[in-house]
Amino acid sequence: MSKPMSNFTTTPRSRRVLWLLAILVVVVGFGFSLFKVFNDNLVFFYTPAQILNGDTPKGQKSYRLGGMVVVGSVKREPDSLAVRFEVTDKEKTVPVQFKGILPDLFKEGTGVVADGSWDGRVFTASEVLAKHDENYMPPGVEK
Amino acid sequence: MIAFLSQFLLAVSMVLCVYGAFYGFKSVRGIYSHGLSRAAESAAIRSSGLVFLLVSLAFAGLAYSFVISDFSVRNVAENSNLNLPVQFRIAATWGSHEGSFLLWVLMFAGWTAAVAWSRFEVSDSFKVRVLSTLQLVQVGFLAYLLMASNPFELLNPMPVDGRDLNPLLQDIIMIVHPPMLYMGYVGFAVTFAFAIAGLLEGRFDMTWARWSRPWCNTAWAFLTVGILLGSWWAYRELGWGGWWFWDPVENASLMPWLSGTALIHSLAVSEKRGALRSWTLLLALTTFALSLLGTFLVRSGVLTSVHAFATDPERGVFILALLFLVVGSSYVLYAMKTGEVGQGGSFKSSGREALLLSNNVLMSAALVTVMLGTLYPLVVEVLNGRKMSVGQPYFEALFVPLLLPALLVMGLGPDSRWRETPLGRMFKPGAVALFISLLVLAAAVWWESHFSWLWAMGVICAAFLVITTLSHAWLATHQIGKSKPETGVLYRAKRLSLSYWGMVLAHLGVAVFVVGVSWVKTYETETDAVLKPGETSSIGPWRVTFIGVDNVQGVNYQAALGVFELTRGEGRTIFLLEPEKRRYPSNQQVMTEAAIHTDWFSDIYVSLGDAVASSNGAQTGAWGVRLYYKPLINLIWWGCTLMALGGLLTVFDKRYRTRKS
Repeated sequence: MSKPMSNFTTTPRSRRVLWLLAILVVVVGFGFSLFKVFNDNLVFFYTPAQILNGDTPKGQKSYRLGGMVVVGSVKREPDSLAVRFEVTDKEKTVPVQFKGILPDLFKEGTGVVADGSWDGRVFTASEVLAKHDENYMPPGVEK
Repeated sequence: MIAFLSQFLLAVSMVLCVYGAFYGFKSVRGIYSHGLSRAAESAAIRSSGLVFLLVSLAFAGLAYSFVISDFSVRNVAENSNLNLPVQFRIAATWGSHEGSFLLWVLMFAGWTAAVAWSRFEVSDSFKVRVLSTLQLVQVGFLAYLLMASNPFELLNPMPVDGRDLNPLLQDIIMIVHPPMLYMGYVGFAVTFAFAIAGLLEGRFDMTWARWSRPWCNTAWAFLTVGILLGSWWAYRELGWGGWWFWDPVENASLMPWLSGTALIHSLAVSEKRGALRSWTLLLALTTFALSLLGTFLVRSGVLTSVHAFATDPERGVFILALLFLVVGSSYVLYAMKTGEVGQGGSFKSSGREALLLSNNVLMSAALVTVMLGTLYPLVVEVLNGRKMSVGQPYFEALFVPLLLPALLVMGLGPDSRWRETPLGRMFKPGAVALFISLLVLAAAVWWESHFSWLWAMGVICAAFLVITTLSHAWLATHQIGKSKPETGVLYRAKRLSLSYWGMVLAHLGVAVFVVGVSWVKTYETETDAVLKPGETSSIGPWRVTFIGVDNVQGVNYQAALGVFELTRGEGRTIFLLEPEKRRYPSNQQVMTEAAIHTDWFSDIYVSLGDAVASSNGAQTGAWGVRLYYKPLINLIWWGCTLMALGGLLTVFDKRYRTRKS
């Protein structure tokens, strides 16, 4: 008499092996997708100098720009929500354009963080972030 | 004078804690039973109560200094103002770094006293060990408070008027949010101390788990309320319609919540089946460690974000040292003793244990996800000075696939059996529930005439959870009715334990929450517009007409008050919405105060931008306006409320109230 086929799945030991394999697959799968999604969503801050000097990864179009709003540079366009201002790190200055409502803490002479793209002439911000700490200074601007 | 006295009380509390901890540990050394250490027990109880009293008085001292505007205290001068309304003066007591830590210490003393006074059947030696552990940790907090973060520091010369409380914090919710959050954080110190005491005694039977459960559930419920209020506050007060930003400070509170949720479920396994013991222990230690980590992240200023109002590296190092000391020593103890504890019983893959374990796996994965996204940027910045962040899509992409399966498992949970569930038993009701969920989805698609995969998955999973949970509750109630047909529904419901009903409420809360999130994420819309008086913009089913802007004088601010008329259909419903742009002269800060109209469960949300000039530079009365339509967003708050209520309900279960003879 031959042993029944189902024996492989019923002995406690091989069952445990199966479970371990299943868990391994799930863990590796989760780890892999975690890693992948994580890498896709890393956002680095760049200073105006880094952007103008081309110290940004090739092929990348969208950045997070950090710097200080130049005093006297904020110009609002008539009858629209479009705003232009300049962001500096005391070394280089980048012109920024934005269309939308600025956060409460956006002020000339204070720190600002903007997400957007750089076309070689002007930084078009898709979002200007609120930094709710008056002490906040983007890297490179301290003192 | 009051400041000096309060400081003195804190110093006395610290001495008491040092004494209490050492006397406690010394007198129970080597003792593992009842009756041998009555003196030690009453000493521990009395010192815990006394410390709570002294810290309360010190806290009242600070609150009093705020109320009477005693600007000779630096903390008051920096965070209050003569024009500040009195309710915000009280809130300002915990609005600052120092004040919030005093609140933390007060909560800690309160929880310790609650353990001391609880007439719960715990052996004397065990209770003394728990109390001594808590007092030992409290020594660290008090030392930090007195040495690095003294809320009673004096200011000379005394200023005529104070600076002001950050206008963002001048909100009713902000009065309640920090106490609730800290109640939660600090509450996990109790389960932590239970774990330490258990490790010291090498005692991990089922009673240990039963002792821990009500404390764990209470802390978890408070933490849930705290997070809910924080989210609600951000939604209403930041003025930009978001309710969760995956900001590190929010994540800091989410991490102990996830770990605490896992702990609740693994404690269930440990209590009923004695299994998963070392894992439960590890979770108990980790949850409090994450609470401490959260405090470190928020209060040390390592993050510069929406909530991190404090910046002081010196303090950061102190908290970090405290964190390493507490966490490190408890993990070392765990590593040394866990062998004695043992794993406990084993179980089959179809038992309720396995379902609860899968909750733990999902919660742990979610925890790893949040932790990586929150801490990695900090590590990178420390290592090579690059400033970076992890975008929201990361969290969302990983959270959804982790949360939705959890809902299905939750649906199957109540109907499963300990040890092993016959698969046929679960299969049929599950399939029926799944079928009804698909019908619900079809109805929802018909109603919204729109389809997206994520939304559909959310609807199915939530519907499945609601159907299985309610039908199980219904059947269970009827089962009891069979043996006693003459009894009413209420009597039968009471026969099922409060723990059971708590679970039902909390699980329904999760479903409600998921429905809210699915709808908001799929159907929310926003518009930025420039509106002149009399002009109309439409959003969702609503039309919003701009009437104009008035200048008004508030208690401690000036505001531009926009007036908007909200109509729907043939102009039949009219509501007025009055968003404000406030300017606080005390610190020249500008704040957007959004106006929200709640229509059943959906919100229409209007916030005021800036005045827009015409091409010749003249003001025409036009303003930049941002409009949001947020369908079913209120279900998010209601869902969390249900979860918290469920957690609290379990605490009143009779079996946790066994009295000590």
